[in-house]
Amino acid sequence: MVNFIKEFSKGLIKENPTFGLLLGMCPTLAVTTAAVNGLGMGLATAAVLTASNLLISIIRNVVPNKIRIPIYVVVIATFVTIVDMVMEAFVPDLHQVLGLFIPLIVVNCIILQRAEAFASQNGILDSIADGLGMGLGFTGALTLLGGIREILGAGSLFGIKLFGEGFQPMLIMILTPGGLMTLGLLIALLNYLRMRRTA
Amino acid sequence: MNLLIIFIGAILINNFVLSRTIGICPFLGVSKQVETATGMGLAVTFVMTVASAVTWVVQTYVLERFGLVYLQTVAFILVIAALVQFVEMVILKSSPTLYQALGVYLPLITTNCAVLGVTILNIDSKYNLLESMVHGFAAALGFTLAIVIFAGIRERLALADIPKPFEGFPIALITASLLSIAFLGFQGLL
Amino acid sequence: MEQSKLRMSSSPHQHARENTSRIMLEVLMALVPAATLAVFFFGLRALGLMLVAVVAAVATEALLQKLSGRPVTIRDYSAAVTGLLVAFGVPAGLPLWIVAIGAAIAIAIGKQVFGGLGNNPFNPALVGRAVLLASWPAQMTTWVAPFTFLTSATPLGGGARPAYSTLFLGAVPGSLGETSALALLVGGLYLIWRGIIDWRIPVGFVGTVAVFSAVFGGDPLFHVLAGSLLLGAFFMATDPVTSPMTSWGRLIMGVGCGLITAIIRLWGGYPEGVTYAILIMNAFTPLIDRYVRPVRFGAARK
Repeated sequence: MVNFIKEFSKGLIKENPTFGLLLGMCPTLAVTTAAVNGLGMGLATAAVLTASNLLISIIRNVVPNKIRIPIYVVVIATFVTIVDMVMEAFVPDLHQVLGLFIPLIVVNCIILQRAEAFASQNGILDSIADGLGMGLGFTGALTLLGGIREILGAGSLFGIKLFGEGFQPMLIMILTPGGLMTLGLLIALLNYLRMRRTA
Repeated sequence: MNLLIIFIGAILINNFVLSRTIGICPFLGVSKQVETATGMGLAVTFVMTVASAVTWVVQTYVLERFGLVYLQTVAFILVIAALVQFVEMVILKSSPTLYQALGVYLPLITTNCAVLGVTILNIDSKYNLLESMVHGFAAALGFTLAIVIFAGIRERLALADIPKPFEGFPIALITASLLSIAFLGFQGLL
Repeated sequence: MEQSKLRMSSSPHQHARENTSRIMLEVLMALVPAATLAVFFFGLRALGLMLVAVVAAVATEALLQKLSGRPVTIRDYSAAVTGLLVAFGVPAGLPLWIVAIGAAIAIAIGKQVFGGLGNNPFNPALVGRAVLLASWPAQMTTWVAPFTFLTSATPLGGGARPAYSTLFLGAVPGSLGETSALALLVGGLYLIWRGIIDWRIPVGFVGTVAVFSAVFGGDPLFHVLAGSLLLGAFFMATDPVTSPMTSWGRLIMGVGCGLITAIIRLWGGYPEGVTYAILIMNAFTPLIDRYVRPVRFGAARK
């Protein structure tokens, strides 16, 4: 159990896939125009990540080493297809907004990286913990980024207006450059805090 | 005329990297030098054009004919992975010089989401075979343009006295952001 | 002047702070005619916008340099120039806080994150302007007519086409410092005469816009006098940090700016393209410098 918690919690902050490992940049930048989009994308990725980690951990001993990557990719693509269909059925609006970026979860480097670096070498329980932790860490990062961009770029958070009529939102924040800029500044801020702590 | 609109649109207006933010990983990862960025761009251009054609054929004559459209994601990623392997072998056999130049980038391309992205966009936009290929080619040229410009700036930034917290990824992201702002000028063109 | 006959070669160069401040003072001097006419046309409101932008730019520069433990270099006037140029690119009715944000972003994102003057890949003032254009498009394109302060469209933006003489003097709706071709020409020619800027960039830029618009059925004189073309060509595209080092490179820079400007004006979604054109050519500058190299000293010419 201690191990489970350890593997789970590392993805949240210390080895956070977005801010620590800098993986999965495309969805991070493309869909975080609002907090709810970031949350939805994060959870979809977390679901695929946990499921693929689980299955790959189960089959890790029977997969021939030479063709393991194609097999992992098929596993991941299968779960992505399932998530895609589930979202289309139950949250069609969100599915519409995220659009292209749901099938692109397949090539999100976080998932293949966890499969290769963790699930293929660890037990089932630890792999689930790793997938959940990394997935929720990714979700947290996307929601944070989406939240910041939504507050500055639209004056709302999760669709709720935060300011009075006088607020004039900074539209660039919900455009592509705003996403790149916000992420760059956030990582710089984290670097700064890290440097201050070690200094 | 339609082809011209697709072509210009994919390079300047809906630039994969600078507007759609697809293909960011290689854009940030392989852009430290102009030569390597150019090599990556050429390899991606080749793969994206061919992948656009092959996936269109697979979609139209296999998936749709046999009612397997739900297998699109799985099928396309397999096609791309196989294609990249195949291209690698062909280049190795036919032109060792080209292989030397592009070889190292080819395996990286499988997980370049620009390739999967363009093939799905082709189908979503209901392009025909020729339009798909033009779109794939132009989107890849747009990627190449962006990554080569970006590499030029980064080579220069390597000499700059950047504040410590901004070194590495943050300054790359901010530079990309400014490049993306410059490309906003092409919005509404055509 | 003897000094202007000296040719600038490619880097590395020796840097000298005093030199920067002298150049920036000359640039400020060259901007005085346009600033004066802006106040004449748009009243104290214009003066307020310019002051706020300059103060915001200088304060941001000092604050960030303090924070990062670097020497504070506001005495080189480069931040003041950037602030003034940001103000030159906004309409007279813009809320003061927006121009302040624009100037602060120009310095912070356009310049200081890259390590300050000399390291920035893009012209800081244009970064500020482009961010404002994308952030508050309505406010940034609500222009007022000179003297009357009635809201009206710019000549390029579909407004009334004034007589050439009016356009030349600058008594038309538009951004503060860019309406008067006369004032900008005076300032720009002064800078060329003093050897501060290279004629190739403005000549290539303005010439290309004129030729291109004439070829595609536009009125070349109108396209040269209207919009931000002269301000951009003389004062922004010529920024020594963000433009190529060689003579040929500078000509390419000018022609490239002109082409992109004309394309955006004729077929683009915006009435004016100078800002984006210069930013894009700024991005191409390292590549231009890479492929357009001066002949090495002592190497044989072909």
